[in-house]
Amino acid sequence: MAQGSAIIVIGRRLLQAAPVIVLATFIVFGLLKLLPGDVAVTLAGDNATDERIEEIRRIYGLDRPFLVQYGAWLWKAAHGDLSQSILSGEQVLTSIARCFPHTLLIVAMALTLALIVGIPLGAAAAARPNGLVDRAAMMLASIGIAVPNFWLAMILVSLFALRWNIFPATGATAFSVSPADAINHAILPALALAAGGMAEVARQTRGSLLDVMSSQFVRTLRAKGLKTSTILWRHGLKNVAVNLLTVTGLLFNRLLAATVVVEAVFAIPGMGGLIVHAAIQRDFTVVQGVVFAMVVVVILVNLLTDVLCATVDPRIGR
Amino acid sequence: MSISFAMAGGRQEATRDVTFSVSPGERIGVVGESGCGKTITGLSLLRLLPEDVAHISGRLDFMGVDLATCGQEELRGIRGRRIGMIFQEPMSALDPVFTVGEQIAEGLRAHGNMSRAEARDRALEALRSVGIAAPEKRYHAYPHQLSGGMRQRVMIAGAMVCNPQLLIADEPTTALDVTVQAQILELLRDLSDRGNMALLFITHDLGVVAETCTRMLTMYAGEIVEDADVDAALEHPLHPYTSGLLRALPRLSARRSALPSIPGRVPVLGQMPAGCRFRQRCPFAVDGCERPQALLDAGNGRRVRCWRFGDLALPGVAA
Repeated sequence: MAQGSAIIVIGRRLLQAAPVIVLATFIVFGLLKLLPGDVAVTLAGDNATDERIEEIRRIYGLDRPFLVQYGAWLWKAAHGDLSQSILSGEQVLTSIARCFPHTLLIVAMALTLALIVGIPLGAAAAARPNGLVDRAAMMLASIGIAVPNFWLAMILVSLFALRWNIFPATGATAFSVSPADAINHAILPALALAAGGMAEVARQTRGSLLDVMSSQFVRTLRAKGLKTSTILWRHGLKNVAVNLLTVTGLLFNRLLAATVVVEAVFAIPGMGGLIVHAAIQRDFTVVQGVVFAMVVVVILVNLLTDVLCATVDPRIGR
Repeated sequence: MSISFAMAGGRQEATRDVTFSVSPGERIGVVGESGCGKTITGLSLLRLLPEDVAHISGRLDFMGVDLATCGQEELRGIRGRRIGMIFQEPMSALDPVFTVGEQIAEGLRAHGNMSRAEARDRALEALRSVGIAAPEKRYHAYPHQLSGGMRQRVMIAGAMVCNPQLLIADEPTTALDVTVQAQILELLRDLSDRGNMALLFITHDLGVVAETCTRMLTMYAGEIVEDADVDAALEHPLHPYTSGLLRALPRLSARRSALPSIPGRVPVLGQMPAGCRFRQRCPFAVDGCERPQALLDAGNGRRVRCWRFGDLALPGVAA
């Protein structure tokens, strides 16, 4: 019965996601149309006559009313067809399939880094509040949050790539081609992206752990003769796991957005590059497609987070 | 033993000269108003007060070990294994994300090497011994899935699983229904009888003490004011404060008559009157009460902190 109800809950959540997708793509579509210039100007090339531009608009249906254009796009998208790029003619789905793995690799690595550095750091800080470790960790965390990731990215490039030549400065290799090479390329971008994440995870871990460690049941555990370290690492961490999962989910979504800048610094052909180029050239089918994909990813991540929270915390759901 | 707290504006003495002994199988009720120091006395026995602010002076002798000064590892070996403790609110006193069985078993595993299976069997045994039906099923329950009474039984099972020689119970029944309360009290009494375990029962409920305990310590403003067998204390209290507490008990037979109460309130920390601390609220206060009061021997193992105890014939619980 528990499993059946879980499936119902997940199904309901997915249904609720549909309006979010429509709203997000509609807003982006509207913003694109509000901007001056359109893709027809680019397509027509330099020195094109107004008649030529008008003709191109007609060919691509850009002269139709705003809502009709959006409706047409949505209708196709609902049937699994994200249309083609107006500029290159490539299927948008194909572009996304090519770019997304690069972005996902960086985000996944950054997230992993943030967690494996942030959680122990936060726990160590919480073990002795206001101790030396705590002060040092929290100062580092403040720096991590304050430093902009594009700046950090450039510093990393100048040190690790240009001066010491340890990692490549730019570019990316597909994971499917050579995993080792792909990871090697992704390390610096992931580091640049992870700094803020590490800081946030450390702070959240520390804060929630301190909350838990001051709760009544910790006194019971001490009265039972448990080691302080057992209480912190076993009971403390499991109790903060729900908080950490939520933070992780949010962090994933934010890192996904932050890749736009970092990808630009490292010249990585990911989702960030794809959407920025398309937006500059008003290639709205590509922009719409990327937004659509991102919204779906975010919704799925949120759903996954909730499901995981329910498995960790016996009080949630069921 | 005295406990003081480092507070803004200097050290404040929370309890003073709390001296008592507990023998095996004895059940001592510690009573007094809120803030009289009974809870921190209980916590201090296991050094559960925050060590950076709370300072314990004096000795806490437990079978030859001074708990006030022994090392952390030695203390840890005594906590849970030789002295158990249970608390008032069993919901918040249990970890919400571990099953109750795991929480009992880990108390066992904290003391000595024990396989998981063995700890599990012992935990099941403990659950059974506190009267939980279907322990195999309850073992896997989370605290929020159990009733208040059931949770307190789980707490007791967790505290009893290592067969401690002393169990400190801090208001264990205050948060429970009256009927459940009676069951828990009976359970504690049984467990103490069965294992010859001493019980230190901290409560403000004199009825609970009368029902459960053999001896009663009355505390007032951080001091022990009376120490006597329960029956003696209830029938012939020697300290005016004990007497006042007893007379303030509501009785079903005396409906509609005004309930006597003790006028005034407990003096706050840092503003303790010199001499007898109860002097300002005491109807029998005379000149001389402002002198320091020692815990006097009143014969038959009784002690009382009132120099006039021989002159006063105080009312106890009306028979």
